[in-house]
Amino acid sequence: MSQPFAKLPAWADYGLLPLINLVVAFFVAGLVVLLVGENPIDAAVLMVKGAFGSGDGVGYTLYYATNFIFTGLCVAVAFHCGLFNIGGEGQAYIGGLGVAFIGLSLGDTLPWWVVFPLAIVASGIAGALWALIPAWLQARRGSHVVITTIMFNFIAASIMVYIVVQILKPMNIQSPETRVFGAGGQLPSLGWLLNSVGLNMRSAPLNLSFLISLVAAFLVWVLIWRTKLGYEIRTMGFSPKAARYAGISELRIIIITMMISGALAGMMALNPIMGAQHRLQLDFVAGAGFVGIAVALMGRSHPVGIVLAAILFGMLYQGGAEIAFDMPNISRDMIVIIQGLVILFAGALEHMFRPTLQRIFFGFSRKKNETAAPVTAGGNQ
Amino acid sequence: MSVAAIELIGVDKRFGTVHANRDIHLAIEKGTIHGIIGENGAGKSTLMSILYGFYQADSGEIRINGNATKISDPNAAIGMGIGMVHQHFMLVENFTVLENVMLGVEGAPLLKNGIAKARAELKRLEQEYELDVDPDALIEELPVGLQQRVEILKALYRGAEILVLDEPTGVLTPPEADHLFRILEQLRDQGKTIILITHKLREIMAATDNVSVMRQGSVVATRKTSETSVEELAELMVGRRVLLRVQKGEAQPGEVKLSVENLTVRDSRGVVMVDNASFNVRAGEIVGIAGVAGNGQSQLIETIAGIRAAVSGRVLLDGQLIDITGAADPGELRDRGLAHVPEDRHHMGLVLAFEEYENSILGYHDDPLYLKGPFLDIDAIKADARKKIEKYDIRPGDPNLKTANFSGGNQQKIVLAREIERDPGVLIIGQPTRGVDVGAIEFIHKRIIEMRDAGKAVLLVSVELDEIRSLSDRILVMFAGRIVGERDAEADEGELGCLMAGVEQLEAAQ
Repeated sequence: MSQPFAKLPAWADYGLLPLINLVVAFFVAGLVVLLVGENPIDAAVLMVKGAFGSGDGVGYTLYYATNFIFTGLCVAVAFHCGLFNIGGEGQAYIGGLGVAFIGLSLGDTLPWWVVFPLAIVASGIAGALWALIPAWLQARRGSHVVITTIMFNFIAASIMVYIVVQILKPMNIQSPETRVFGAGGQLPSLGWLLNSVGLNMRSAPLNLSFLISLVAAFLVWVLIWRTKLGYEIRTMGFSPKAARYAGISELRIIIITMMISGALAGMMALNPIMGAQHRLQLDFVAGAGFVGIAVALMGRSHPVGIVLAAILFGMLYQGGAEIAFDMPNISRDMIVIIQGLVILFAGALEHMFRPTLQRIFFGFSRKKNETAAPVTAGGNQ
Repeated sequence: MSVAAIELIGVDKRFGTVHANRDIHLAIEKGTIHGIIGENGAGKSTLMSILYGFYQADSGEIRINGNATKISDPNAAIGMGIGMVHQHFMLVENFTVLENVMLGVEGAPLLKNGIAKARAELKRLEQEYELDVDPDALIEELPVGLQQRVEILKALYRGAEILVLDEPTGVLTPPEADHLFRILEQLRDQGKTIILITHKLREIMAATDNVSVMRQGSVVATRKTSETSVEELAELMVGRRVLLRVQKGEAQPGEVKLSVENLTVRDSRGVVMVDNASFNVRAGEIVGIAGVAGNGQSQLIETIAGIRAAVSGRVLLDGQLIDITGAADPGELRDRGLAHVPEDRHHMGLVLAFEEYENSILGYHDDPLYLKGPFLDIDAIKADARKKIEKYDIRPGDPNLKTANFSGGNQQKIVLAREIERDPGVLIIGQPTRGVDVGAIEFIHKRIIEMRDAGKAVLLVSVELDEIRSLSDRILVMFAGRIVGERDAEADEGELGCLMAGVEQLEAAQ
């Protein structure tokens, strides 16, 4: 039997369905808020206002979104190859070493516009190399990347503790971080961009790497849908048998894809390190690698969807912080619950409402098409 | 005329914009074998799914023995005495025959009493209908013919008076199929009603009393089998006259293009799948490999095409060795003039999620024709795809349509166009017409003959013996991984059937 339901139109598939998921997620989150004795509508208003109502709100929202765009792209690229890279967290962490290396060594002497491209390359290389071993193990040994990349997250965390505390931390600082980079290791803020639309960003850390993340999103689109390599990646992702048939080397594609994926995760480190704190602090990734999975799922592994989903999650982070601040009953943990619900409905339960929507949709279109010539199931020659 | 066992009155079913069944009127007489024939997508399976309660009809009525009924799910269907034997068996491989038969009707939380009762009942059924199977045999150790018998027993055990068989002979050798038909006749003579769904005309003629033809969701005709002919049925199925027998001239074999010497292939579990096979294919001839599915044909052609590794042996293409260690690059073999239409077009020959134009370059995507540096030259690819769509009459003719939305026949044409238009010296083609509608079969067969007449070497693998016989100039028969015989195109069907079933081997062993 062929698929009984035809495809939903694109606007319903990419617009309506995520919207329904989101509404349900917020509805359930509202129940949780109600449970702790706060007004969910007030909370929602507070969240949106906190995220978009002021210059610094927008600045923070987009600052968080930058992290999620990079890690979301990381997951998406691997996903197009049929690989589930859970290791964005670790790859971003190691990517931070690349940024720190460039920032510490060149930041004092060279201007930022020379240091920045080098830092992009260094963070990408560091992230890519950290993805290389799991990639090789998958391609050669069949060790599943889900397992190996998770383990590499732990290894990365331990290595970073060692390196930061034992090697990079100056003697006179108590907290686990490097010294502050010189002026060349600090990215310009995007305050002027918000100023141009009449917003005052104040101290929000939005910086140039946001624009770089948008460029990365565009380049990922070009890579996946417009290059030969992307064609090979997608063939492998949809059907490894077809890839073998087409003479595409599994080893080569898996390794290249994972390295691109790791490089994108690594570049996430630019934003907090070079853009905001101007030094490498321990735990700077702060779960962005994992949020990237939800972002990629919700964005359907498409760069446009990823940018939108990343901004949504940026809003949850920033707006959530505002709620936690203003509503004493809602702790920081409650915000994590709400984020979890969004991930649950928008990511994991993505297909829950699809059959219903299809039924409703074709219930309407049937009446509309009653008089039109029907399309036959099997073509006739 | 007595009351019909099943009567469908105005049954109508739509899936979205697809009108799968339109206003079906069908009466099936009690105690007959009723064939339902039609192309893929004609609506046969949908109709039977409605009868078995998988789907609900949008409108219309179903009467069983004259009583209007509503069949809400398969359990209701079983309750009304309808039994279904699916195309793909629904058996638990590592259970015994008895365990499979009683699965779902164990009768009590503890199996002990149920087993004894089931065993007695199964014994009775086996005797009554002469369906011998060892109740304690494991399913995975039974040949497919016997597995099918277990499916029939399962239905009878549940009290089926009406048996629906969906494409039952797809996995059987011709002798096994004949045996099945004898069983069906016996069941009919004992009063059961049988519905046989198939797309093979020969089976309709051989086994049924009445036949209904479906086309585009409608029943277009119902005939007494004795009063119709293969030609008439084919015409009704397709809606126009069809050439059933392929027209072809004498082969003009030239030099050896493809040579296989002592090839042995094992699968991932180490089981020998191809056992010391040797043969040649010459330019200008079609060599057909006949055999029941699973006798090593798939592994043979995948090895030659560089996809699978061999244990030993040699393969030469134009006198040059092919790397059969598993490290071969199928792309390089394409450059050397070896084209391959794989058996499994859904997972290997095509990427169903791709748009049509993307599939039109699969395997040839390294060609500078389709590239601008590292970028795909999408305009060039689409222009090329449009040319092929036109030449191969691929419908709908839209290179941006997702490949999964093409019918089986059109999907196969996408693969054929891609492989044949490269003008290869050797064409390996597996199951060229599996799941392909009658109209497209004619087209595909013509193209294969054209390749031969253009002096190409064609290696054809098919489980459809008719196809092998009508296309091949020489026929090799594979059984249990070995090539057990070579016959010419005029070989007797019965003789080939015996070879395919390994009969000679059995005799030699005794």
